[in-house]
Amino acid sequence: MNFFQKVWLIVWKDLVIELRTKEMLSAMFIFSLLVVIIFNFAFDPGMSYIKDVAPGILWVAITFAGTLGLNRSFINEQENGCLYGLMLAPIDRGAIYLGKFLGNLLFMLLIEIFLFPIFVVFFNLSVLQSLPLLLLIAFLATVGFAAVGTLLAGMAANTKTREILLPILFFPLVVPVIIAAVKSTGRVLNGDPMDQLAGWLQLLAAFDIIFLVVCFLTFEYVIEE
Amino acid sequence: MKTIDVTVPKKGLAVEILGGLTFVMVLLSLWAIFIYVPTERVMGIVQKIFYYHVSLGFNTFLAFFIVFIYSILYLWKRDFYYDIVAHAAAEVGIVLCSLVLITGPIWAKPIWGTWWTWDARLTTTLILWMIYIAYLMLRSAAGSDAQKARYAAVFGIVGFVDVPIVYFSIHWWRTIHPVVIKASGMSLAPEMKQTMFISLAAITLLHIFILTLRVKVGLAKHTLEGLKIKLTAGH
Repeated sequence: MNFFQKVWLIVWKDLVIELRTKEMLSAMFIFSLLVVIIFNFAFDPGMSYIKDVAPGILWVAITFAGTLGLNRSFINEQENGCLYGLMLAPIDRGAIYLGKFLGNLLFMLLIEIFLFPIFVVFFNLSVLQSLPLLLLIAFLATVGFAAVGTLLAGMAANTKTREILLPILFFPLVVPVIIAAVKSTGRVLNGDPMDQLAGWLQLLAAFDIIFLVVCFLTFEYVIEE
Repeated sequence: MKTIDVTVPKKGLAVEILGGLTFVMVLLSLWAIFIYVPTERVMGIVQKIFYYHVSLGFNTFLAFFIVFIYSILYLWKRDFYYDIVAHAAAEVGIVLCSLVLITGPIWAKPIWGTWWTWDARLTTTLILWMIYIAYLMLRSAAGSDAQKARYAAVFGIVGFVDVPIVYFSIHWWRTIHPVVIKASGMSLAPEMKQTMFISLAAITLLHIFILTLRVKVGLAKHTLEGLKIKLTAGH
């Protein structure tokens, strides 16, 4: 079995577990929906500035829901000592990281696919012509979230404070992703010139590459004993 | 886990000299700031805070750079000494960073007319502060000493790599911070330049002095824990 088959096995395992219970996906989805709804109370939906704050609301909802999912991805492994099972298996630590990363990425993207149409309806946006660009932004930003989040979730799950710790570790580090995602989504929704958009997309891509490499390399120190 | 074999640190002569030198330099910088250097014409007396503000800012970055380097060294060599230095530098760095965040608004209120603005450097400094608060929280939440050291090292590396990206992202977002040191040299009067360098030297010495003391405390604590383990093991 080669490296990528091992990665795929871990992704497959997480997918099967999730599709049998649907615990995490449903919680993430309902939670993200609640965040969007609560923000509607904070900002009057009929106001003229609502299109300016809409991207922020969307990405806050995705970030919060993502944190829920990231927490579960390693706390689940701790029950019944599953993490030790993974560590004892003849699998490279890098494969565990990539498997977990891909699982988290997939779950977050699924939530975004469910959430986005509802968000469009709530905020009365017209997105059809800019859909490919929005998908690209969402993908790049979510890769960044999942790359950093998977590493930090692996650490947080093994500490005393567990799920409380993850947002505190996670949010300061993903500030660039949040800014870039919110700004570029805003540009696309407002139909702003493309030259500004390219810079944000490059920033997202750079973040993704740098942190995939750094987190891949440091993950082996996270699940060591 | 590596067994502990650190001799109890003595209060060496070098630390005494460093302390004395720091004392003299801080006094000299205070003299330079309040008596020697002319008051800036436009901004007035409030501009004088800038000598310490910039020096503290530089040392904040230096402290977190030390965390980064010693985190890498820890993961590489697995010697607790590196972890103790990284931890000490993070704590001192947070104090310095807090001082930067306090001295900045004191200057900004009369000059910009606002305590705080979401400018690139201000916001990056705030995020930097949050990252290293998270670093300390991770340390206190982790279990064994070895786990603490490993997790802190990983976070110390990832956190530091993030800082330039945070800076660029916020820089594109908005910026109004004055750029004092340009590529063409500093735009300052000679007395101001001298005061700037004296202050920078004073704060850097103070930083190294506090860091040295904090590392010694860390080493002593580590030794004590080792002795406790030996005691309970029946040696």
